[in-house]
Amino acid sequence: MQLNGCILDLMSMDVVFRALADESRRALLDRLFERNGQNLGELCDGLRMTRQAVSKHLAILEAANIVSTRKVGRSKLHFLNPVPINDIAERWIGKFERGRLEVLRELKRQLEGHNDEQ
Amino acid sequence: MSSRFVYVTYIRTTPEKLWEALTTPTFMKRYWYGVVAESDWKPASPWKLILPDGRTADTGEILEAEQPKRLVIKWRNEFRPQLKAEGYTRCTMEIAQEGDITKLSIVHEIDIPDSKTIEAVSGGWPRILSNLKSLLETGEPLSTTKVA
Repeated sequence: MQLNGCILDLMSMDVVFRALADESRRALLDRLFERNGQNLGELCDGLRMTRQAVSKHLAILEAANIVSTRKVGRSKLHFLNPVPINDIAERWIGKFERGRLEVLRELKRQLEGHNDEQ
Repeated sequence: MSSRFVYVTYIRTTPEKLWEALTTPTFMKRYWYGVVAESDWKPASPWKLILPDGRTADTGEILEAEQPKRLVIKWRNEFRPQLKAEGYTRCTMEIAQEGDITKLSIVHEIDIPDSKTIEAVSGGWPRILSNLKSLLETGEPLSTTKVA
């Protein structure tokens, strides 16, 4: 891996790791993974966090570019943006490992009985 | 209800170079796992994606093209009947310069809930965009493995 433009890359990776290092923020990402494109109200629904806290966490996720937003009509919708996490995965997992990891993941899924995904 | 994904990546390049990367087959092939697009990139022109083995993967039409800022493609899968039956999706690519960094946003959407087409492309876009970023910033893609 070349490190051209490394300051930007490392800085943005720092921001991504910091954003991910919080259980509440990961819970918000899980919610978006389940259903992409939710507004603040929907994301707050059923969570034991204040609206202000959720809003603050979303701002951190957005600054790290893990969440992107679009205005649709009057509401601001939040989308899980997997690109920076994929950049991290590609950096260390590498092209040669991908096939094997997919086989292992598939095996795990079959053994654990979650084979309804595909 | 609609199905929509939004992908955003920041690349240390210029809007012009990014536009070229998105619209030039020889360039595209290097980060899109051997896939190329064929089009003259003018509004109302046909557009298609060709797999490395020569099969046509997707077809459609250029809805908007504003070089080097905005490209909207009407996009439908051709070889998986279930996806083809969903009809056309809309893929909007927006390029914006922010200092010496260029922001690329891709919105891929269709006006039906739980679209299988949008789900199918959601696995591909992050890998393609990571590859594109690497190619533009370092001159090398991360991975050149071809799609099956």
